[in-house]
Amino acid sequence: MFLINCPYCGERDQSEFVSGGEAHIARPKQPTELNDDQWAEYLFMRKNIKGIQFERWNHAHGCRKWFNVARDTSNDKIEKIYKMGEQPPKL
Amino acid sequence: MSKNLRINNKQFIDETRKLSFIFNGKKLYGYKGDTLASALLSNDIHLVGRSFKYHRPRGIMTSGSEEPNAILQIGNDDALTEPNVRATEIELYDGLICNSQNCWPSVKFDIGGINNFLSPLLPAGFYYKTFMWPASFWEKYEYFIRKSAGLGKSPTKQDPDMYDHRYMHCDILIIGGGVSGLIAAKIASDDNKKVLLLEDKELLGGSLIYDDNDISKIDNQKSSEWLKKLIENIKNDKNIIIKTRTSLAAYHNYNFLLARQNLTDHLSVNDRNNKIRQRLYKIRAKKVIISTGAIERPQVFHNNDRPGIMLASAVKKYIDYYGVRCGLENVIFTNNDSAYETALSLHKSGTKLNAIVDIRNNSSSEIVNKVKSLGIQIYWNHTIVNTKGYKRINKVTIMKLNDKGNDVVGKKIELNCDCLAISGGWTPMVHLFTQSGGKLKFDNKDNIFVPDKTNLNQLSIGSAKGDFELDDVLKNSIKDTKKFLQIENSNFDKIDVKCSKEKEKKNIWLLPSDKPLSKTKPFLDYQNDSTAKDIKLALREGFKSIEHVKRYTTTGMGTDQGKLANMHALGIVADTTNTNMGDLGTTTFRPPYTPLTFGTIVGRNVGQFFDIFRKTPMHDWHVDNNAKFENVGQWKRAWYYPKDGESMHDAVQRESKAARESSGILDASTLGKIDIQGTDANEFLNRVYTNAWSKLQIGKCRYGLMLNEDGMVYDDGVTTKLGENHYLMTTTTGGAANVMSKLEDYLQTEWPELDVFLTSVTDHYATASVCGPNAKKIINKIFKDLDLSDESFPHMSFKEVKLGNINCRVMRISFTGELSYEINVEASYGKYIWEKCIEAGKEFNITPYGTETMHLLRAEKGFIIVGQDTDGTMTPVDLQMDWIISKKKYDFIGKRSLYRSDTIREDRKQLVGLLTDDPNEILEEGAQIVKDENKKPVNMLGHVTSSYFSPTLKKSIALAVLKEGKKLKGQKLLVPMIDKTIKVTVSDTVFLDKENERING
Repeated sequence: MFLINCPYCGERDQSEFVSGGEAHIARPKQPTELNDDQWAEYLFMRKNIKGIQFERWNHAHGCRKWFNVARDTSNDKIEKIYKMGEQPPKL
Repeated sequence: MSKNLRINNKQFIDETRKLSFIFNGKKLYGYKGDTLASALLSNDIHLVGRSFKYHRPRGIMTSGSEEPNAILQIGNDDALTEPNVRATEIELYDGLICNSQNCWPSVKFDIGGINNFLSPLLPAGFYYKTFMWPASFWEKYEYFIRKSAGLGKSPTKQDPDMYDHRYMHCDILIIGGGVSGLIAAKIASDDNKKVLLLEDKELLGGSLIYDDNDISKIDNQKSSEWLKKLIENIKNDKNIIIKTRTSLAAYHNYNFLLARQNLTDHLSVNDRNNKIRQRLYKIRAKKVIISTGAIERPQVFHNNDRPGIMLASAVKKYIDYYGVRCGLENVIFTNNDSAYETALSLHKSGTKLNAIVDIRNNSSSEIVNKVKSLGIQIYWNHTIVNTKGYKRINKVTIMKLNDKGNDVVGKKIELNCDCLAISGGWTPMVHLFTQSGGKLKFDNKDNIFVPDKTNLNQLSIGSAKGDFELDDVLKNSIKDTKKFLQIENSNFDKIDVKCSKEKEKKNIWLLPSDKPLSKTKPFLDYQNDSTAKDIKLALREGFKSIEHVKRYTTTGMGTDQGKLANMHALGIVADTTNTNMGDLGTTTFRPPYTPLTFGTIVGRNVGQFFDIFRKTPMHDWHVDNNAKFENVGQWKRAWYYPKDGESMHDAVQRESKAARESSGILDASTLGKIDIQGTDANEFLNRVYTNAWSKLQIGKCRYGLMLNEDGMVYDDGVTTKLGENHYLMTTTTGGAANVMSKLEDYLQTEWPELDVFLTSVTDHYATASVCGPNAKKIINKIFKDLDLSDESFPHMSFKEVKLGNINCRVMRISFTGELSYEINVEASYGKYIWEKCIEAGKEFNITPYGTETMHLLRAEKGFIIVGQDTDGTMTPVDLQMDWIISKKKYDFIGKRSLYRSDTIREDRKQLVGLLTDDPNEILEEGAQIVKDENKKPVNMLGHVTSSYFSPTLKKSIALAVLKEGKKLKGQKLLVPMIDKTIKVTVSDTVFLDKENERING
């Protein structure tokens, strides 16, 4: 059970949060100009990394804010938490 | 019979409080302070159970949670009986009833014992190998295998006990109240930290508290005396919370731990009334110190499982703590110095010790020298090659080891005994450390796995870390705790410890015998009856991974999870395959450390508290009017209102007829409601719905369909424009929370530039929906000044109106196809407005209807229910709702996916209507649709999603999803059921009022 440091509320138990999968996958601005393969790449393809993975988390049972988490999937250590719209840290 | 096994011991046993208990129907006595095991032993009972596979007689072997044999059925009440309880852990109480498991007719004479003689026919993997052929016979085999499987019996009635959960937070959590844990607690407390100290036994102090030899000294005091003073000190320490009878079950990441406290299991049954039985602590600790100690290992030799064979440390504890002799003629078999403490305890209590058998060549430590000086016979460099005595050991046969230790030489010597104390060294309890993700390393000197790397803020100390001698335990615990807590000085810095130091070590995982291995039974896992032979067989058959060997031989898979067996299994695999044990690794340690009851896990969340449920403001009215309820998400929704013993079918027919012919009323409060405000609210709606919203005027409503980004229908509902930048969106009842979070997600992450604010107002408003040809007259009676003419208040529009001081939002929208008004009021007025409608509608026979009638009415009109007629694989095109997809909008969620190669396939499943050839035949929802049922394999074309009998149309109607359904209109198809085949014809999805005339009353 993680302890997650919500950038708006502080440290809270994992049960207050919902994971939203891989981060930094921007919705294409002009979907109509993508072919099927390009659209499928956005829609379906996700990484499954052993090591540092950038993910979205939502403080669903708290402030309802989304934010980003850099987590080491090999030991679940949270290396960095940063707000939506910020660039991923170099780790 | 009356052997004198009880020694006077006033320290831990209260001999003034005699307790009676019943074991296998026989009344026996023990004292307050006894465990069930010590009480049985004091009655000279070793034989308590039969082993799982061979039904061999087994006795109490240990004094703790590692016990493999003495697992009993406690209690004889259908609701309260508990199987697989370790006799070594349960404290004796007056009136305790217990029985042996896995034996019939009795533990002394067990028919299953025949398996012991069949054992050459029952090797590892016996079941896998034997019951494979012929495959079709499996069902017959299974019946017999299931009958013989399992140990105790589960209770058959609901558990009447109360259980509890509690959260706890602390600076330092200390697991284990032995000497190292106590020292760490004191050091942390002196540094003003908040300490939580857990101990699974009744008393603090671990094994040092009953240590009674004259060699170990702390600060020139007897070590147990020194410890008692420390415990008194800690008990009065305000920084330290102590929880005894509390065992740690699971150690999760981020120092989140679960511990179970036993609150009433030690009380007599009458004293337990209205008390919580067990409490689960959910602990979040800043730092964790593991001081769980070590478990003594047995030794692996031929027939090492007879009743009367016990761990040397257990024999010592039964004498020194419980005051119980385990036998009157003892032999000790060891490979290390610690068993010599048992020798001293036996000697001190005046118990006969016939001999010590030691596989080492010699030992000259202080404690061994002392035993030598007592004149006790020691057989150095000897091993046991056999034991005798079926229901209780009576003899051991020993022989000399050769130089390599892999064979025996010389002549056999027989020694009499009724108790054999064995010691194969110590294994640190690293279970919790590894559960938390820590990595182990192998220590070749002591042949143990010790904690190595961890990512957590944690520390292992004492023998849990691999320190076994008193001076190492104390000095390293002090040093490591100080470093861990970043403390310079402690009150223990000048501690002076004296103890015996072990100099000679020798370890043989599988001891040789004079017989070939195939003719012996050297047990590793006592509970699952796996032997060293089984391990070797598994290796011969090609199993390499230790995880595979474990599962194939079931070593370590009993209720004790191999606490005694695993190290020897690993050692034998390493020896046989010539691998270093460190390279071999261990099997995975999984929680719980000791079994938990289901009651503890669920706590208070049973019965009506299993899940929360939500009630609408009109709920009490529904109850008073005999509604039956259905669960929709967490809501309790009125399902139908049976009158005078009506069946559900009859009630629904009556309700829907009334709604079509005069008027009906539905509680629609559960629909999700989201208040949307902001200057970009209109643009936002354009992006999240498939249809266009730009031209919607204030006071108008519009139906919208929401897709996922993959193009599949996600939710639907009507949204009303309340003001220039203000909308009220409704969602499906079940989808409300998901829609809200999905919209928030897009707003915060994809379109942060939009000025839009979302507020969930589902619970803020109550909704009464009045429909039917007389709806207008009823609403007119309530809101006398409201202009209800079609010009002023047309379909899909909204008016804000006051009823006294109550603000009402009235929407003219319809899910039934009838003229229909939805009145929204603040939730607290919900019941009032509902009763107002009922009163006003009395003369029009206004009929409350539930969700079932609502479903029927909308199905007649071909309106979909998201989640019933769709399942996450239906696009709007599949639903024949092409009209709702805006052609003009550049983008909306899911738009691009609507023309992926897969979504434009014409042979997708599509929504159609179905009519049965026999109008009285009602299809079953979920039934499969086929064209030809004779050609096998039968090609499934689709399935029925909604099905009802329409009282208005006087026939059965259904909606279905069907492959290429759009093209199949008018086609005859079949719906095969278990006892018949129903003929159907594909139809349009709208069955009633295709011209939409009823909407105007």
